[in-house]
Amino acid sequence: MQKMTTMITAGLVSLSWSASLLAEDDFITLASTTSTENSGLFDAIIPTFTDATGIDVRVVAVGTGQAFEIARRGDADSLLVHDTAGEEQFVADGYATERQDVMYNDFVLVGPSDDPAGIRDSESAAEAFALIAESESPFASRGDDSGTNRAELRMWEDAGVTAHGEWYRELGSGMGQTLNTAAGMNAYTFTDRATWVAFENPQDLTLLFEGDEALFNQYGSLLLSTENNPHLKQDLANEWHKWLLSEEGQQAIADFEVNGQQLFFPNAK
Amino acid sequence: MAASDNPFYTALTMIMSMDQRLFDIVTLSLQVSLIAVLVASLLALPLGAALALWRFPGRNIVIVMLNALMGLPPVVAGLCVYLLLSRAGPLGHWGLLFTPSAMVVAQVILVLPIIAALTRQQVESLHQEYAEQLHSLGLSPLRMIPTLLWDARFGLLTVVLAGFGRASAEVGAVMIVGGNIDGVTRVMTTSIVLETSKGNLPLALGLGIILLSLVTLINALAHVVSEMAKRRLG
Amino acid sequence: MNAETTMCNDIAPLHFDQVRFEHRGHRLLMPTSVSFSGCRRTLIMGPNGAGKSLLMRLAHGLLRPSGGRIHWQGTPPVQAMVFQRPVLLRRSALDNLTYVLAVHRVPRALRKARALDALERFGLAALAKRPARVLSGGEQQRLALARAWLLNPSVLFLDEPTSALDPAAIKAVEDAVNAFHQQGTRIIMATHDLHQARRLADDVLFMYSGQVLEHSPAEHFFKAPQSPEADAFIRGELVW
Repeated sequence: MQKMTTMITAGLVSLSWSASLLAEDDFITLASTTSTENSGLFDAIIPTFTDATGIDVRVVAVGTGQAFEIARRGDADSLLVHDTAGEEQFVADGYATERQDVMYNDFVLVGPSDDPAGIRDSESAAEAFALIAESESPFASRGDDSGTNRAELRMWEDAGVTAHGEWYRELGSGMGQTLNTAAGMNAYTFTDRATWVAFENPQDLTLLFEGDEALFNQYGSLLLSTENNPHLKQDLANEWHKWLLSEEGQQAIADFEVNGQQLFFPNAK
Repeated sequence: MAASDNPFYTALTMIMSMDQRLFDIVTLSLQVSLIAVLVASLLALPLGAALALWRFPGRNIVIVMLNALMGLPPVVAGLCVYLLLSRAGPLGHWGLLFTPSAMVVAQVILVLPIIAALTRQQVESLHQEYAEQLHSLGLSPLRMIPTLLWDARFGLLTVVLAGFGRASAEVGAVMIVGGNIDGVTRVMTTSIVLETSKGNLPLALGLGIILLSLVTLINALAHVVSEMAKRRLG
Repeated sequence: MNAETTMCNDIAPLHFDQVRFEHRGHRLLMPTSVSFSGCRRTLIMGPNGAGKSLLMRLAHGLLRPSGGRIHWQGTPPVQAMVFQRPVLLRRSALDNLTYVLAVHRVPRALRKARALDALERFGLAALAKRPARVLSGGEQQRLALARAWLLNPSVLFLDEPTSALDPAAIKAVEDAVNAFHQQGTRIIMATHDLHQARRLADDVLFMYSGQVLEHSPAEHFFKAPQSPEADAFIRGELVW
C-alpha cells in the first residue's frame, strides 16, 4: 500500500510539472505551413525575434487549410501562410483584422531526370503542366488543401486541363512526404523552392522547370481578430506581426540560407 | 554508403554527442508516455478488475467495446481530444491545446482501453482460481479487487508495458494535440515524422533506433525485476 | 473427549432440507436431507464424483442450492474451509496470515503477534518470511490450516486436504484437525481415504453418485454398512 501511495504521489508531482509548463505566458502560438518549418526558416529567425522582445514563438506547422482552421477555432495567436486569395477571404470573414505581404519564394516543378513529358524547355508553367497531362506522366499532388496544393490546382486550370486519371496521384500529405513519395514513384511534383532545396532525399528527382511569374509564392502574415476569440494574445502577436514587416525582420529573412542559397525574399511594403 | 548515411552511425553519433535538444526530446517523450501510462493504470487497473468481478446487464457489451477500443486509431483519439481542448471546444478555456498535458490526455485515452481490457482478462482467470478461497475467507467483492490486482502483478506488469508500448510508439494523436512545437511538444515520434518529411531519412531512422533502444531498455528492466520477484515469490 | 459435548452444544446445527443441485441440466445432488450438529468430526466419504465437495460447498455457502433449503438453526457460526489445493496469496507465509487478520479488521498492532503465534503452532515459524507459493505441498496445507485457525472458526470444512500429501504431511494435517476439534470446532471433512476416516471419524456420511446413502456413527459404519455400495467401498472394491 505504501508503494502505491508513493507511486500516486510521484504521478501527481509529474503532472503538476507538466502543468507548470503552462505557467509561462510570454509566448505566442503561430500556425504556419510545413514549407516554412521544414526549410528551417523559423529556427533561423525566431531566436532573433525572441532576443529582441523576450517573446517566444511556438510554431505549429500544418497545411494552409488546417492552419486557417486552427486560427478560426482560436487555437493560434498568429498566422503566417501562403494563399493570398484565402488570406484575403479570411480577413473579409472577420477572423483577421489585417493581412500583410511578408516574403515570397517560388514554386518549381521537379521530376525524373530523363523528363519523359519533356517540360524542361517549356515556354511557360501552363505549357509544362499541359505537357505532363498530355503524356500522362505520373504526377504526385499534395491533395491536402494546403497553399501549395491550391496553387497547383490553379496551374492545371491555367493550362486548361483537368488533372484526372491514373497518372494523377493525390497523396493527402505534407510537402516533404509528397517529395519522398514522388522520389519513390519517380513522378513529377510541384513544390515550393524552400522545401525542395532543403530536401535531402531527392533520389532521381531533379529541378525541371522554374522562373515563370505564375509560380510566384507569396507569404502573408495575418493579425487575428479578438472579436470571437478574446483570449488571443493580440499584443504579443502584434509585436511579431510588426517585427516580420520591420527592417530587422525582413533582414533576418533575407539572411536565411540553405546550402548557400537564399530561400525567401522579403517584400513587405 | 557514406558513414553519415548510416542510421546506426547517426544514432550513435547523436547519443555520443549528448546533444541537448535530443536529450530534451527524449525526456519529454518519456515523461509524456510514462505519465499517461501511470494515469491510465490508476484508472484502468481497478476498472478492469471490477469488470472481471462484477456481473451486470450489458457487461458483455462493455467488454466488447473495450476490446474494440484497443484498436482505436491514434489520429481519431487525437482529433477527439483536439476538438475537446480547442478554444472553440467545451474545455477550451483550460488552454491545454498544444501542451504536453494535452498529449498526456490523448495517450491516456489510447492506453486506458488496452490496460483495462487486458487487466479484465488476467484478473478474471486469476479470480477463477481464487474465488472460492477468498469468498470463504469472507472477502467482499470490493475487497477482492486490490487482492487480485496485487496477486496478478507480474502479468499486469506486461499489460502496463503493452500500454507503454502503445503510448511511446504512437504519433497520430500527439501530432494533432501537441502540434510538434520545437522545444515544447516535440517528441521522438513527431521528430521522426518531421525528419522523414525533410527527406533526412538517416536522421529519422537514427531517432527511431534511439526510441526503440529506450523502449527495449525499459522493457528489459521491467522483465528483470519481475523475473527476480517471480523467482522469489513463486 | 468429554470437552466436545460440553463446549460445542452452542454451535448452531446445520440442516439440509430436500436440498438438490443442478448444473447445466445435470443433477449433481439428489434431494438430500441431512443435519450436522454438536462437536463431532463428520467424515464425508465416497468415491470421486460422489458429490462430497459439492455437499461441503453448499454447506459453507460457496454454492447456492437449485432447490430445497439449507439453514443454520440459530446464529450462523464462524466457518472456515481448507481446500484440496490451498490457494495462497503471492506473498510471504507471514503476510498470508496478517492479510486474513486485516480482512477481519483485527487492529494492525495485534496482527503480527497473532500470525507468528499461529505459524508457531503449525510448525511453520522458521518459514515465516518465505513466499507462500514456494513452500512444499504439506507446508502449504499447514499454512492454510494456520490461516483457518486465525479465523477461530466454530465449524471447519476440509475438502480432501491430504489427497496430494506424503504420509508425514498427512499426519501433520490430521494432528491439526484434532487440535481444532479439541478447541471446540466442529469438523466436516471429505476424504476417500478409508484409513484416515477410521482414524478421525466420529460419524460418517457416505455418498454415492449424488446421493447420501448413509449417515451413521463411525463404529456402526465400518462394522456394518447399510448399503451394498458402502460395503463395497469399505472392502476397497469401489475406490473411484
